[in-house]
Amino acid sequence: MNFSELFKQSNQLCKVSPDGKYLATCVQYRLVIRDVSTLQILQLYTCLDQITHMEWASDSLFILCAMYKRGLVQVWSLEQPDWHCKIDEGSIGLVSSRWSPDGRHILNTTEFHLRITVWSLCTKAVSYIKYPKACQKGTDFSRDGCYMALAERRDCKDYVSVFVCDDWHLLRHFETETQDLAGLEWSPNGCVLAVWDSCLEYKVLLYSLDGRLLSTYSAYEWSLGVKSVTWSPSSQFLAIGSYDEKVRILNHITWKKIAQFDHPATINNAKAVVYKEVERRTAVGSDDLSLHNITIGTTLFNTQSKYEICPLPVQIPVVKPDPDRANPKIGVSTLAFSSDSRYLATKNGGFQVQSLSWHGSGDSLILLGKEQLCLCFMDTDQEDK
Amino acid sequence: MGEWWTAVPTETSMGSYEISSISHVTMSPSRQNNLMSMYSSAGLSKSSYSVISAFCTEDNIPQCISYISQELASLGLSSTCIKASSPGGAGLDTVPALNAMYELLQIHRRNMCTLEELEKEQLKKSNTLEQMQMSNSRLKDQLELSIREKSGLHETERQLHLKIKTLQSCLKTEKDEVQKLQSIIASRASQYSHDAKRKEREAAKLKERLSQLLVERRDKKLAIDVLNSLGRSDGKRSHWKTTKVTASHEDEMYKSLLSDYEERQRALMLENTELKKVLQQMKKEMIHILSPCQPSTRGATAEDSQADSDGEEKAGDSSREMLDQSCEHAREQLTNSIRQQWRKLRSHVEKLDNQASQVQNEMESNNEVIPKEIHEDEMEKMRCEVQQCKEFIHTQQLLLQQQLNTSFDDETAALLNDCYTLEEKERLKEEWKLFEEQKRNFERERKNFTEAAIRLGREKKAFEEDCASWLKNQFLNMTPFTDRRSCSSSDGQSALSIRSEPEMRMSSTKAQLAKSLTYATVSTPKPTQSASVPSTAELYRTLRLMPDSRYYLVT
Repeated sequence: MNFSELFKQSNQLCKVSPDGKYLATCVQYRLVIRDVSTLQILQLYTCLDQITHMEWASDSLFILCAMYKRGLVQVWSLEQPDWHCKIDEGSIGLVSSRWSPDGRHILNTTEFHLRITVWSLCTKAVSYIKYPKACQKGTDFSRDGCYMALAERRDCKDYVSVFVCDDWHLLRHFETETQDLAGLEWSPNGCVLAVWDSCLEYKVLLYSLDGRLLSTYSAYEWSLGVKSVTWSPSSQFLAIGSYDEKVRILNHITWKKIAQFDHPATINNAKAVVYKEVERRTAVGSDDLSLHNITIGTTLFNTQSKYEICPLPVQIPVVKPDPDRANPKIGVSTLAFSSDSRYLATKNGGFQVQSLSWHGSGDSLILLGKEQLCLCFMDTDQEDK
Repeated sequence: MGEWWTAVPTETSMGSYEISSISHVTMSPSRQNNLMSMYSSAGLSKSSYSVISAFCTEDNIPQCISYISQELASLGLSSTCIKASSPGGAGLDTVPALNAMYELLQIHRRNMCTLEELEKEQLKKSNTLEQMQMSNSRLKDQLELSIREKSGLHETERQLHLKIKTLQSCLKTEKDEVQKLQSIIASRASQYSHDAKRKEREAAKLKERLSQLLVERRDKKLAIDVLNSLGRSDGKRSHWKTTKVTASHEDEMYKSLLSDYEERQRALMLENTELKKVLQQMKKEMIHILSPCQPSTRGATAEDSQADSDGEEKAGDSSREMLDQSCEHAREQLTNSIRQQWRKLRSHVEKLDNQASQVQNEMESNNEVIPKEIHEDEMEKMRCEVQQCKEFIHTQQLLLQQQLNTSFDDETAALLNDCYTLEEKERLKEEWKLFEEQKRNFERERKNFTEAAIRLGREKKAFEEDCASWLKNQFLNMTPFTDRRSCSSSDGQSALSIRSEPEMRMSSTKAQLAKSLTYATVSTPKPTQSASVPSTAELYRTLRLMPDSRYYLVT
């Protein structure tokens, strides 16, 4: 694998456009647009203050740059470099800013989550949404971009509002049976909304698009509950990772648990293959792909280290986090399904893996650590045999 | 008592009926009764006087007298003998007779007294015996009671032990649970406190901000500043917000939901039909498997046929009703019939298993009579097959040969053959050449290696000698013999006067050695003597004086 030269960036703001043609990076108060294939600078924009957040619009024609301290959002156009747009939130402050799926509206969350302001770039109109909830994942857009689900909290009760992204019309508004809603996520087919409670209570609720409660799932009581939730791309499975270091998978027909995976400290399963990186750091490829074998684990960038297969049983070095602290670093924090819903990669515990993502073809997985990058390629020929 | 009476009379030789009457009369346990009985016996004797008087009659007086005197003598009363008053007379001496009678009476009285005493004692003894027996039995009862009590107590103790154990285990589990709950509480408490702190901080920030805003006079209005409005992403014009629009939104939402449900239902139906097909297939196959075994299983023929007909019926039924997929009845029927068939199949397989095991047993005992025949048949079949195959191969070979031969006439055929073999011969020759060359190369290399090894050995030895001499020099250096040392260093061996860098020299020589070795491994046809010579020459040069005279000066 080859690497390009180093480019400067600040605040880890570096994104490829949705159509894959451009690369945008932020350096302090400048926005640099490069071509992905040649890495030549195509455009250079200057904002009024240090950029804290940058996002591409879905049609790859516009970019928004948010400066939270100043409460400003500036939007730039790729086609017309002269075009400019500046949104000033005024004294109310700005905490987060994002595009709507159609790429023509900007949603700004004000300080203290007082309200969400919806700015329309087509009509210069403004709408307000009151009482949004400040939680792990309070808003989610459905994959087709038609609907937006928003978590709200009024009078110590949680509500979910479903808006039609077309004209921001409130479609449904219903109360949820959660104590303290922590997040919500649409299923990829846009028909089911998964809502989960904070870690003090293990509760996952499934609502249909029209607001009916389809099912409730609770694995256990009292101990710390749900840490992460993800849908499979086919909408057939919902994987729930919890603080008890287990992943539970629900099926979409009965919404009952069909599988449960453990993350034991000692791997003894005859079907599991453990790859261990040697020479540099004795960190283990820290995901238990316990559904199918990895038949080839290859392609390293670091020529100084190599992977070898460890004989079972393998003891994974586990650092026990301090359980007295809030939000302890135990439990399954990251889940990722492959695109064909065949494999599930999970990260348990305090391993230094920042993100897991699957390639679109579903046969390779990339792990990002603080200092390292690991690419796992799975040979699927044997499956056919 | 009675026994005593009975014992005495039996000893005498009197008439048995008289004795028995006496004994009968005098058999009574108590003393008073005895006295009474004595008196009664006396009375009775009066009444049965006629019996006792039968002892002495008018006729046998002298015999009686003699007899009585004998008896008295035997009893120890020989002092007074009963004599007849006149020999042969019917009279009796009164004085000795009365004396004898008096003595007898005394004896009798004494006996009575002793008897009384004995009776008293006996009574006493019997009483004590009774008492002892009673106490014995009482004690035995007590002992039994106490044993039972003891076992009872043992039992209760055991039960209590068990209870203790169970309670202890309960306690342990409770303790574990308590610990777990405590840890949960602790984590929840920390979570709550963390959240509370966060909220407090936020509230504080809010307050600050609020106070700031109240103080601040100018209020920055929120505004948007766009160069020009953009068109909608989908290119259409936006619509007014009317109820029709809202209704259409609702419609769209329901449409999407419905389509999703329909798709899901379609998928499920497909799966369902697939599964049903598989089940039908399985059922048919099961029926098929079960049906040919009808003649072999005797007892089950009737049931099988019935079941088969049932199965056929059901198969017919379900195939008809398969169209009506939502009919629960049909579904149940299908599953029930499948279950039934499966059960039959299982029982059949079990029967077969049993049969097989039986047959195996028979085989072991029967010396393989029956299976051998089958075995023979199989062998025959296989032999025939082998024969056929061989013939086939043979014909193929012939045909091939013919093919090869008949295409050309003899000359060309011979030539061609030669050609083919020529090519092969050429190839073979080449390969041989290569092989020879390689062999030669290997030989050379081997030679080189051995030479190098020998050289290495020699050099090592030389080096060691040098080392020794150097050390010697060193040692001598320490002593006040420097002049002599400078003279002695003219030796060829002791050129290791280089004090500062002996190691580097060593490494350089080693490197040179290595180099020489590497040169040697290249398989050149030239002999490697020339390559080795420089290295040794160099070595000797270093050892010798001439090139290193400067080092000499150092010493």
